[in-house]
Amino acid sequence: MGIREANAEALRRIVDAEPVLVDCIPAADALGLEPRVVLHAGPPIAWEAMCPTLQAAVIGALRHERWAASAEDAARAAAGGDIRFEPCHHRGAVGPMTGMITRSMPVLVVENRAAGNRAHATINEGLGKVLRFGASDASVLARLAWLQQEAGPLLGRALRASGGIALRPLMAQALTMGDEMHQRNVAASSLLLRALLPSLVRAGSGEALARVVEFIAGNDQFFLNVAMAVGKAATDPAAGVAGSTLVTTMARNGTEFGIRVAGCGDRWFTAPVNTPAGLYFPGFSAADANPDMGDSAIVETIGLGGMAMAASPAAARFVGAGGLEEALAVTEEMREIAAGEHPHFRIVTQRDRGAPVGIDVRRVVTTLVTPVINTGIAGRTPGTGQVGAGTVRAPIACFTAALEALATARQSAGQGVAR
Amino acid sequence: MSLDRGLGGPLRVINLGLQVFADDLRAAGVPVVQVDWRPPAGGDPALVALLARLEDDED
Repeated sequence: MGIREANAEALRRIVDAEPVLVDCIPAADALGLEPRVVLHAGPPIAWEAMCPTLQAAVIGALRHERWAASAEDAARAAAGGDIRFEPCHHRGAVGPMTGMITRSMPVLVVENRAAGNRAHATINEGLGKVLRFGASDASVLARLAWLQQEAGPLLGRALRASGGIALRPLMAQALTMGDEMHQRNVAASSLLLRALLPSLVRAGSGEALARVVEFIAGNDQFFLNVAMAVGKAATDPAAGVAGSTLVTTMARNGTEFGIRVAGCGDRWFTAPVNTPAGLYFPGFSAADANPDMGDSAIVETIGLGGMAMAASPAAARFVGAGGLEEALAVTEEMREIAAGEHPHFRIVTQRDRGAPVGIDVRRVVTTLVTPVINTGIAGRTPGTGQVGAGTVRAPIACFTAALEALATARQSAGQGVAR
Repeated sequence: MSLDRGLGGPLRVINLGLQVFADDLRAAGVPVVQVDWRPPAGGDPALVALLARLEDDED
C-alpha cells in the first residue's frame, strides 16, 4: 500500500469511528489490571525519572488501593521495584494529567461500533485538589473511595440500562455549542448528563442518586475523560496501518512527550516535554507550573482541543490564547499539518468546515509547525493541584524521529522504488 | 529614485518568504502579494532527504 492510500485508510478509520459510552466498571475487570500495577499518562517511565507531581500521584494511588499504609511506605514500595508501572495506552486506557489508574478505580467504557474495539478512562474527579494533579490528602482519597463504591457502580448500572449513549452526534453538537472538548467541556458535559438522567434516575435513588447527579452537574470538565476515551477508541484502529505517516497518539508523562504513528504501530517517539504557557489562577504564576502532563492530547489527534480552537473562542480566552481572531488563526495553522477535515466535527466559525484531523508527521517536519495542545497546568509542588490553563506545543524532535523511522521502514518494505 | 526605473513599466511584486521585504516595498508604494513560504524542514538537508523518501506515490 502506498503512503497516500495508507493515510487515506488511517484517516478513514479515525473519522469513521462510532463511539458509544456503554459502561462503567472497575479497571480490574475492564483492563485486566493486576494488583500492584499502576498505569500512568504518557510514554513509559521509571519511578526515578518521574517528576515530583507524578510521584505524588503514584503515592496517592497506592494509598487508595491500600497497598501502602503511609506516604513513606508508598514511596519505598515504588522506588524498591514492588510496583509495576505501565502507560495507560498499553492497557487500552487513557488518563488525564498524571493519568493514575489502578485496579479498583471505575473506568468509563467507550465502544467504537465501527471497528469493534473499546477504550477506557477514569471518571473525572473535578477541579481543585485531585489525584490527577498529584494531590492525595484525605479529601482526595475520600473522593476516590466514593467514586469506587457509589458513583462508579451507579453510572455502570445506568449506562448498561440505557443501551449506550452515542457520542459522535453529542460531540458534534457540543463543538457547535462552543466546546473544543479539551479545556472547555461545559456543553458536552451538559448534553451527556441530559442523556444520562433518565437511566440514572431509574438505576439509583435517594441521596446516593443526588450525590452522583450533583457531582456530574458540578463539574464542567466531566466530559473530558469521555472525550479522551473517544479519542483512543477512534485512533487505536488506525495503529498499524503499514506506511501511514499519521499520528495516532500524543501523550506526556511530565518528563517526556511521546507520539505514536500509524505506520510504526506501538513504537513511541519521545522528546523532553515542554512547559505550558497560559493564564494562572489567583496566587499562582509560571514559576509554579509543572512540565506538560497527561494522555489528554489524544483529543487533538481526532481534531479537537487546540486543533478545533476556532470552535471555542471561550476556551482560547481561558487558556490565554486571545479571542476569536487568534482562535481562528490557530485552527488555520493546524490545517497545514492535518491530512484532512473531519466530516462530522464541524466548526461554525469557519463556515462549517471540518476540524483539521490526521496529523501528518511529514507535514509537521516540512512546515516545522507542531501541534497546539490546550491543557490544564498542574502545580510543580506535589499536592497543589491545578494552577492554571494554557497551551503547549508538541516538541518537533518526536516528529523528526518518527520521520526517520518511517523512511527506514519504507526502505525495508521496498516500497517507493519502482514508479 | 523610482523603483520602476529601467523596468519598462510599473513594478508589481510577488514576494516569497521574508515578510520584511514585502513591508518595505509596500512602504515605498509598490503593490505586493506576500506568499508565506519557508524552505521545507527549515532547509535542513538531512530532513529534506527523509521527506523525499516519503513522498506520496503517483497512484
